Amino acid sequence: MAGSREIRNKIKSVKNTQKITRAMEMVAASKMRKAQDRMKKARPYGEKIRNVAAHMSRANTEYRHPFLIERDTVKRVGIVIVTSDKGLCGGLNTNVLRKALNQMKRWEAEGEQLEVCCIGNKGLGFMSRIGANVISQVIALGDTPDIAKLIGAVKVVLDGYTQDRFDRVFIFYNRFINTMKQEPVMEQLLPLTDERIQGVESANERPNTSWDYIYEPEAKPVIDDVMIRYVEALIYQAVAENMASEQSARMVAMKAASDNAGNVIDELTLIYNKSRQAAITKELSEIVGGAAAV
Amino acid sequence: MGTVFHLDIVSAEESIYSGPVEFLVAPAQMGEVGIYPRHTPLLTRINSGMVRIKAQLKDEELVYVSGGVLEVQPDVVTILADTAVRSHDLDEAKAIEAKRAAEEAMKNRESELDYAKAQAELMEAMAQLAAIDKLRKRKH
Repeated sequence: MAGSREIRNKIKSVKNTQKITRAMEMVAASKMRKAQDRMKKARPYGEKIRNVAAHMSRANTEYRHPFLIERDTVKRVGIVIVTSDKGLCGGLNTNVLRKALNQMKRWEAEGEQLEVCCIGNKGLGFMSRIGANVISQVIALGDTPDIAKLIGAVKVVLDGYTQDRFDRVFIFYNRFINTMKQEPVMEQLLPLTDERIQGVESANERPNTSWDYIYEPEAKPVIDDVMIRYVEALIYQAVAENMASEQSARMVAMKAASDNAGNVIDELTLIYNKSRQAAITKELSEIVGGAAAV
Repeated sequence: MGTVFHLDIVSAEESIYSGPVEFLVAPAQMGEVGIYPRHTPLLTRINSGMVRIKAQLKDEELVYVSGGVLEVQPDVVTILADTAVRSHDLDEAKAIEAKRAAEEAMKNRESELDYAKAQAELMEAMAQLAAIDKLRKRKH
């Protein structure tokens, strides 16, 4: 019976692991619901600010914001990468980092200079390990995508754009499609593309562009404010989506882990019972053999 | 129509108010503004403070906003409320902090951008995942 004790210990340890993965699965499930709510709540703001931006770009503004102006030469690219802070969420971060890396390789081959802003610990770790030029970072966001924490890192990127350090800015994150599916996506942040600006309002478009807002105190600072908030809202939305993706990916991964642990336990129990029976059979045949010899 | 307009107060984290409104007072940067229906288009920053809302057949309501942007169209008024207290200096300080943290992290990086190494690292992770997937499928 030397092997059976070891098997029993192994079963116990797998059972403990299973308890942990079960607990993590349930935690992720409840966090996922909250993260999805938050993602949905962020949408009205994004839509409203897009409407304002659309009105503004259509109105006869005397000042055109740099975010709206397409540049001819693209020599330097800013990249915002949104990842999770923690692991144990399947291929979520790997997928988005791989997408980013492939794109970066392509850009580098075209002779463009790259600077990276990392949101989330996993992306930061990866980018600094491979030696990318990280210009700003936010980590330890927690479970709520707090806009106050994002402002600083985003500002570094936006300033880089307005000061001509970048000609374009892209964002990589995981789009939440449903609980089972998340998709790594790349989107252009700056300059703001037409579809981003026009999108919502194009249905009831007013061809008459002879009106303009009254700006208080002045046009430039107000437009600057709106534009910065718009880009922040886009990034916030991306972070919120990425968090919902993270929680659902973790839930799925932990469910798989619990199932696997269950399989392992079943197999080990089978082996344990077999070895127990073998031992009994052996003992019996020894006794019978001994009795026959006498 | 013409006696009410639609008001939306939204912040990045939630929608605070949405509905038809008769009259509105907001703390704009240049002083409080009162808005009735068919106001001329206006775009202004607002300070933190109370927004007074008078809806039809209802008492006045007070909503606190911590600053943001007020957009007025003849029939639609939108307040984009900030969720964070902000000012130029505050934002600047946060930016510097984010930059500093990044520079700190960059200090102990190894060398130039090494794509081969990165690719290898990612491929390994992907391979592990694929292997786990395969193992799972084979079992069932």
